[in-house]
Amino acid sequence: MTTLIIAEHDGQTVKDATRKTLTAALAIGGDIHVLVAGHTVGAAATAARRLAGVGKVLVADDASLAHDLAEPLAALIVALAPAYDAILAPSNAVTKSALPRAAALLDVMQVSDIIAVVAPDTFERPTYAGNAIETVRSSDALKLITVRTASFKATADGTGEAVVDAIAVAPVTSFSRFVGEHLTESSRPELAAARVVVSGGRALASAENFNAVLTPLADRLGAAIGASRAAVDAGYAPNDWQVGQTGKAVSPDLYIAVGISGAIQHIAGMKDSKVIVAINKDEEAPIFQVADYGIVGDLFEIVPALTKALG
Amino acid sequence: MKILVPVKRVVDYNIKVHVKADGSGVDLANVKMSMNPFDEIAVEEALRLREAGKASEIIAVSIGPDKAQDTLRTALAMGADRGILIKTDATVEPLAVAKLLKAVVAAEAPGLVILGKQAIDDDCNQTGQMLAALLGWPQATFASKVVIDGTAAEVTREVDGGLQTVAVNLPAVITADLRLNEPRYASLPNIMKAKKKPIAISSPADFGVDITPRLTVLKTADPKARKAGIRVGSVDELIAKLKTEAEVL
Ligand SMILES: Cc1cc2nc3c(=O)[nH]c(=O)nc-3n(C[C@H](O)[C@H](O)[C@H](O)COP(=O)(O)OP(=O)(O)OC[C@H]3O[C@@H](n4cnc5c(N)ncnc54)[C@H](O)[C@@H]3O)c2cc1C
Ligand SMILES: Nc1ncnc2c1ncn2[C@@H]1O[C@H](COP(=O)(O)O)[C@@H](O)[C@H]1O
Repeated sequence: MTTLIIAEHDGQTVKDATRKTLTAALAIGGDIHVLVAGHTVGAAATAARRLAGVGKVLVADDASLAHDLAEPLAALIVALAPAYDAILAPSNAVTKSALPRAAALLDVMQVSDIIAVVAPDTFERPTYAGNAIETVRSSDALKLITVRTASFKATADGTGEAVVDAIAVAPVTSFSRFVGEHLTESSRPELAAARVVVSGGRALASAENFNAVLTPLADRLGAAIGASRAAVDAGYAPNDWQVGQTGKAVSPDLYIAVGISGAIQHIAGMKDSKVIVAINKDEEAPIFQVADYGIVGDLFEIVPALTKALG
Repeated sequence: MKILVPVKRVVDYNIKVHVKADGSGVDLANVKMSMNPFDEIAVEEALRLREAGKASEIIAVSIGPDKAQDTLRTALAMGADRGILIKTDATVEPLAVAKLLKAVVAAEAPGLVILGKQAIDDDCNQTGQMLAALLGWPQATFASKVVIDGTAAEVTREVDGGLQTVAVNLPAVITADLRLNEPRYASLPNIMKAKKKPIAISSPADFGVDITPRLTVLKTADPKARKAGIRVGSVDELIAKLKTEAEVL
């Protein structure tokens, strides 16, 4: 049994999401290889050698893979698939786009967003915004799986003995073309990997408030900033900060929900946090049902006071 | 250009579903069902493209039980021109849905298929990508903006670090994200008009597609419950608790 992991990386380093996916792969058992795909990814490939328990690092370094477009990555996965029994990827925007495309080309039904490995062919995954956990067994000979990384711990690094293999990338004819990107500038920890997350909701009432109220607290705690859908829809926060069923799933040590009501779609993305704090002026707000510590009151008073008291 | 919009009948997003006591699934008896919210966004986008003169006809297609006709009627009331129901009471997984949609595409030859990015019941986020693969078409997932220019579409996508813009030649598959638009409500006259619009009914077997599931659901369980904690009266009390009790500061 051999498993291939599709690494999440930034060209230089391997992201924690990859180490969490590795934990799922180790639970499946067998040999493990890691694919580092992209353009000028040599440093990331070297970093991947240090992943504990990984026998081989495949490096696909090609200009066609530069912008994480789905078509060339899916074609690459299809080309590599015959050598594997399972292909695992951390669930992120890139793999959510490319892996189902590869799955259809391989005639495999993908298992999305697993939260536990029960057996090499059996997995747990959330459905209905996390209100029901299904245990599913796949009858496909090849398993294609995305991993909800918030549900797995990262592995520690090993000694770096993995073999590195360069993979030739076959050209893919005219599919989607990269036009441009507008990435959210931030020097904060990444939302999906942060130890502390401060999240704001509709109650912040403007982009200015969102920033003025939450940034000092997040700075003080070294936290990433998240948002509810309502805050993103209203333009208070960028789209990639959305936490929830259809945004990002996070599991920090501390999650502070500020002016967020706690709709099931929001809770789906943060209820695996170790400790949840809720600040809301409505004592009936559903967020309090999942919060370890709740403060009822006006966020515009409480959050600055909290920041100040933290010193 | 025709636009095909697949719409799924799912439990309404306001409902918190309950797992059946015997672990055999979730209890959907007498629960309000609606069109998948992302599919409403997809229908709306198709309507706007037609209103802008970029599309001539909008066909809504649903795979599901007889009741999925209600979902198609909702799409027709919003403004879609006609509906296609591929009727089955079986659970149809995204791979099989994509195969059925491929057959519909072969028959209808649309220039664009707009799907929702994710069905809020199975939370799979797969069908659009699978359909694009089976058709050999380009895909632009998680769209927050679509601009059609002649034979190509420029699509802004919601990705992990922000926004990415890609161009795809038509025909193509697009999946709708939350910020693409705000779907309209159907007006009463349009609901009445929709009753007269045609819905063609067929079955998976008519398309020769095997819909046997590849995944067996062995068990459905409640998620780990979180207990509601305590209320604290002041920020000082909160900080003390976070330091000494929760040990996260
Ligand atoms: C298909 C679909 C997918 C979705 N996906 C997501 C998702 O991924 N993530 C997500 O978050 N949502 C998602 N939603 C939206 C979700 O249903 C809710 O609408 C949303 O989470 C509400 O955001 P909110 O809590 O910020 O706003 P509201 O529900 O309006 O809550 C605002 C809260 O702020 C409190 N408040 C107001 N003023 C103050 C003040 N001065 N001080 C303190 N408290 C105050 C209020 O009491 C209230 O509880 C989705 C919805 C759909 C239909
Ligand atoms: N049974 C179905 N009938 C019509 N459309 C569907 C069906 N299942 C999935 N879809 C479409 O595929 C999208 C993604 O669904 P999923 O891959 O299940 O998350 C949905 O938003 C719909 O547009």
